[in-house]
Amino acid sequence: MTEKLPDKIETIITPISLEYEYTPGTASTIFLRGMKQGRILGQRCPVSGAVYVPPRGSSPTHGVPTEGEIEVSDHGTLRSFTVVHLPIPGSEVSPPFVAAIILLDGADQTCLHVVSGCEPSEVRMGMRLRAVWKNRADWDYSFENIRYFEPSGEPDVPIESFRRESSA
Amino acid sequence: MREVAVVSFAQSAARREPARNEVEILMPVVTQAVEASGIPRHEIGFTCSGSCDYLAGQAFSFVSAVDALGAWPPIVESHVEMDAAWALYEAWAKIQCGMADSALVFGFGKSSPGEIRDVLTLQLDPYYLAPLWPDTVSLAAIQARVLLESGKASERDLAEVAARSRRDAAANPGAHQRDPSGVDELLARDYLVSPLRVHDCAPISDGAAAVVLAAGDLARKVCDRPAWIRGIDHRIEPHALGLRDLATSPSTRLAAEKAGLGSVPPEVAELHAPFTSQELILREALSLDAGVRVNPSGGALGANVVMAAGLVRIGEAARSIREGEASRALAHATSGPCLQQNLVCLLEAD
Repeated sequence: MTEKLPDKIETIITPISLEYEYTPGTASTIFLRGMKQGRILGQRCPVSGAVYVPPRGSSPTHGVPTEGEIEVSDHGTLRSFTVVHLPIPGSEVSPPFVAAIILLDGADQTCLHVVSGCEPSEVRMGMRLRAVWKNRADWDYSFENIRYFEPSGEPDVPIESFRRESSA
Repeated sequence: MREVAVVSFAQSAARREPARNEVEILMPVVTQAVEASGIPRHEIGFTCSGSCDYLAGQAFSFVSAVDALGAWPPIVESHVEMDAAWALYEAWAKIQCGMADSALVFGFGKSSPGEIRDVLTLQLDPYYLAPLWPDTVSLAAIQARVLLESGKASERDLAEVAARSRRDAAANPGAHQRDPSGVDELLARDYLVSPLRVHDCAPISDGAAAVVLAAGDLARKVCDRPAWIRGIDHRIEPHALGLRDLATSPSTRLAAEKAGLGSVPPEVAELHAPFTSQELILREALSLDAGVRVNPSGGALGANVVMAAGLVRIGEAARSIREGEASRALAHATSGPCLQQNLVCLLEAD
């Protein structure tokens, strides 16, 4: 008996496997080495003086190489946030959780991280935060060495102070 | 038609770059090209780049290249997932439309992180070809076999292309293939994928290149001897390799005709041929006789920054005009397997 073939072929599988030896670049290498030591390292734009963390090696506004190894604090200010009700694939964080953009003390560029250690309803713009690190023995060349940020208990920063010139 | 010229060209010293990422390689090249153009960065009207995400193994990798530009206040920008010679074509068209008087064009890529010959397999037909994993070198070898069997060339002819390219590349700081071996020495070596030997294939190169275009009076103001683009055209052949005579390049022939090559031969021709056999096919398609200086830069056999090597041909041809070595030069760029798609750009001095 002949097998009945489908009228429409919806899927075929053609496996593709490529391996890359990825290079993070000199600036990201500085940041990842810092992580291994429990330090948050950025670089400075020689034109504007802005400190970029994590650094990418270039000043996006001036198109020049960033310089140095500038250590910033693991304390910062929450600039905006959202309460997420969807799970992150493969993450230890379960919803609802708070995703926030955080300006670390000493940095001129915000970074994205998770806020925990309080109820989502307590989270607000201007709230002061501190990093909660993994155990020292588990530190790797990874931003994930910081598990999340939690309220530091310092007084809030007034939201009015966030406004800045749009020329970056 | 508006007059448009190449007014500056810069490239990184091609090599394997284990430490720097693409943006770090690109940034000084862009800065050098912009400064050499004499046009302030913020007055350049359009920016267009060529690169391939599969090289980086990262989606939208080209977006990070914008960080190399100082793109603030926000700029008019575009990108092609092709060799940056096609980005130059887009920029030329934008200037022709009167939407800009100048443009920055750049291409960049690192071939070393993956196996480039396998990575490029992903440009093939996904149902019939890609699952068989024919790599670029094997496909070029099949093409070379057709050429040799046609009686138009011998393995010695291939080796002569390699020896000349290596000799010229040794004098080019942008190239990295430096090997003074003669033809007999090269022919004594083993096949890589027959009938191709290692010297028949371009090296693995990481790097970046950038060109600045300017129209009419602006070009005359910033450049003593602009390299005017007199004609530019690109043509593509069928995707299925089985439909093509691989020993010929009708798309190159037609692109050259439409670009206005005519019967006046160029003094210099920069041909984007990552394989020795492809240079011979291109020379025939373009009717270049022995009087034309082919690939004084060493060509793609001297340095092959995938996604920039075609733009480098235009940059090198323009340099030969700007530096007074030629008054008429031809540049060619290719894309796809076995010279599938070809661009011809004709440049002249005033």
